[in-house]
Amino acid sequence: MLAVESLSKRFGGLLAVNRASLAVPQGAIIGLIGPNGAGKTTLFSMISGFVPPTEGRVRFEGADITGEEPHKRAQRGIGRTFQIVQPFAGLTVCENIAVGAYLRHARRADAIARAREVAARVGLGGDLDKSASGLTVAGRKRLELARALATEPKLLLLDEVLAGLNPSEIRDIIPVIRGIRDEGVTILMIEHVMQAVMNLCEHVYVLAQGCMIAEGPPAKVCADAHVIEAYLGHGAAARLQAEEAGHA
Amino acid sequence: MTARDILSIAVLIALAALVPLATSASTVLNFLVFMLIIALGAQGWNILGGFGGQFSFGHAAFFGTGAYATAILQLRYGINAWVGLGAAVVAGAAVGWVIGFLSFRSGLRGSYFALVTLAFAEVLRILANAAGFTGGAAGLLIKLDVRPENLQFENRAVFYWVVLGFVGAVLLLTRWIQRSRFGAQLVAVRENEDAAKALGVDSLRVKLRAITLSAGITALAGCLYAQYFLYIDANIAYGTWISIEFLLAPIIGGVGTVFGPVAGALTLHGLGELTKAFAGRIPGIDLIVFGTVLVLAIAFAPGGILGLLGRLRAKGAGLLPTGSKEVSHAGR
Amino acid sequence: MYSPQIILEAMLNGLMTGAVYALIALGLTLIYGVLHIINFAHGALLTCAMFAVWVAWAWLGMDPYLAIPILVPLMFALGYGLQRFVIGPASHGDDGNILLVTLGLSIILENVLLATFQSDTRTLDTDYSFQVVPVGPLLLSTPRLIGLVAAVVVTALLWLVLNRTDTGKAIRAVAKEKLGANLVGIDVPHIYAVTFGIGCACLAVAACLLMPTFYVNPRIGNVFVLVAFTVVVLGGMGSIPGALLGGLFIGVVESLCGLYLGDSLGQIGIFLIFIAVLLVRPTGLFGAKA
Repeated sequence: MLAVESLSKRFGGLLAVNRASLAVPQGAIIGLIGPNGAGKTTLFSMISGFVPPTEGRVRFEGADITGEEPHKRAQRGIGRTFQIVQPFAGLTVCENIAVGAYLRHARRADAIARAREVAARVGLGGDLDKSASGLTVAGRKRLELARALATEPKLLLLDEVLAGLNPSEIRDIIPVIRGIRDEGVTILMIEHVMQAVMNLCEHVYVLAQGCMIAEGPPAKVCADAHVIEAYLGHGAAARLQAEEAGHA
Repeated sequence: MTARDILSIAVLIALAALVPLATSASTVLNFLVFMLIIALGAQGWNILGGFGGQFSFGHAAFFGTGAYATAILQLRYGINAWVGLGAAVVAGAAVGWVIGFLSFRSGLRGSYFALVTLAFAEVLRILANAAGFTGGAAGLLIKLDVRPENLQFENRAVFYWVVLGFVGAVLLLTRWIQRSRFGAQLVAVRENEDAAKALGVDSLRVKLRAITLSAGITALAGCLYAQYFLYIDANIAYGTWISIEFLLAPIIGGVGTVFGPVAGALTLHGLGELTKAFAGRIPGIDLIVFGTVLVLAIAFAPGGILGLLGRLRAKGAGLLPTGSKEVSHAGR
Repeated sequence: MYSPQIILEAMLNGLMTGAVYALIALGLTLIYGVLHIINFAHGALLTCAMFAVWVAWAWLGMDPYLAIPILVPLMFALGYGLQRFVIGPASHGDDGNILLVTLGLSIILENVLLATFQSDTRTLDTDYSFQVVPVGPLLLSTPRLIGLVAAVVVTALLWLVLNRTDTGKAIRAVAKEKLGANLVGIDVPHIYAVTFGIGCACLAVAACLLMPTFYVNPRIGNVFVLVAFTVVVLGGMGSIPGALLGGLFIGVVESLCGLYLGDSLGQIGIFLIFIAVLLVRPTGLFGAKA
């Protein structure tokens, strides 16, 4: 469904993303992991149209969307959440979600109805009339998710949607994400919370310092020496192996 | 838009329509007509500034275009005043679209947008002051020919009702926008443009629609001004004074609300008249009051008068409002 | 069409006018660079300063140039007070609000002046108001030439203050990173107020330099403020050298426009440049990121 081909992004002298490629098949939940500063959000921004790539192509459902504006991509069915949540602060939860719903429903009544549905799905049903700025962190994350869902996307880009949540909140939201996929939405998620990645993702890509260094099923990727070194530093893989050998 | 909305606006307009029956003093009627014209232009500003969050400091550009359009069409081409009215709205909307396209396409927001609108208005003022067909520095006098076909009426009250009718129509329009997809998208762009784009909102198109609509309405106010006072020059039509009037009223009354601009225009000018009654000998005293009210409003009541009333009402009801039927917003 | 001499004269006149624009713009760009606000009250504050010069002359017989050492601290105090006690508190830190508060202030100031002085235009006469200095084949107005020199001197002084004094360092720190400056102990509201005060002090100098050859009425500030905005936007928001160069450039543009297009259209060149710069490169030629 989504094909990212050799995407690069240069900011002045800094090469933030270096020929990164990935493919997201329809109906899958794919993870994108990597240490901080690896370029994951930049990659997302290029896929969703907020940052123009220096090199490379993005294809969605076969069409080349590399140069398209963000709102056009949303109209095609690419939804995204932001790592730093961006609620419409002056509006209520319902009004926030309705903005997303209005993409597919022109009439107010329809949009509001759809917004209520989506809110209930993610667990915000009781907060519909609250001001968006009055929500907790967990609430705002759900709002981000709900807004993007309301646009009835085919592909959902989740940028660290679990960051800042405590373990029980994470536990509650994982089935919601799985439920979204089960309803036919393909998901590509940036995540740091490994528990969620292992739990949800069928396939994982690892980005470090702008380059894709590994891909595969979560268990295999997490055991990969390059990946361990990317997170823990040079020589870490060997050290860990030595420790394990020592324990065995 | 619910029946209740239409009813509340209709009742308000009906009550206001009774005012000329209580007095026929021409000074009072002049004041009322002027105030309504300001309210109308302010309603236009409010669509772009209040709902859209783009504060224009140069709405005179649209007011003046409307005024000059109708004056020139009548004086130089003998076009009927009512047709001139339509042309004024179209001309103003066109100018709005152009300014909007140039500014928004370049990504101008906030203070930069305010500055560029100020500059556009100033350019038009200089041009109007210099050009022959706008009458140059001498201005334009619309011929006094009191007949209804010419949008000139023997009885000033009739003009008052005409302007009031337009104000009422725009109130309905504003309410409709507020409950429409366009309105929701516009407000979303105001709150967070990137988030709105990610949700499929074509922010450029939405902003362009807003400024075009805003400009058309303000141009209508300009046309009505020219039609009532029958004289305009570059400083009246394109001067900063009118740009300031159109932004003061919504901010004082409650920016981003339906009734805010009207409430603000009423309050400001009522206050102005009151001030002049007590201290009229001092020139500029009413403007000093306006400026002070603006600063006080920003400091203590960013939601304007309607915001204050809302808070008082909520305190009276014993709880603070959590939802938003009419959400007031200070500029963001 | 015009002889080289006339063009040269127009350009030199433009430079001298531009010098005053630069002085006015200096304050504006400093305020923007540090507080990140567009001070809409700048024109009204200039008018205040100009009236102060006139009053000093009319009631105390003071020469405008001699008024500089008195007016500069006064205007500094006024600016400090306004920022510290009115603008800062009223706006709750919101940029949109600051815009409106300064607008409100400008309305108040302008009309207080109107109420006090009526709308009459006033001038003052000094012995040197009409003196000229021969420069080659041209005769240049002495006070305006002094203005040009003074503008360069003040710019240099300001640059020195910003780069060689502790206060200047604090100002630059706050301009770059407010939170960080706060954390290392810099009193940010105080620095904001100092910056605003310096901006007004520049206006005091500009007023003293203008009055010998110009006039004052309550609306005069408006005329200058738009030009000052153009200079700031062109030269770059927050750039001191940009304000000087931008001011001189704009002065020359205005003068040449006036020469070729006539007085009534003279200022239009300025605003067209303004619009063009805003649309194409709002950070200006030398500006820091907006």
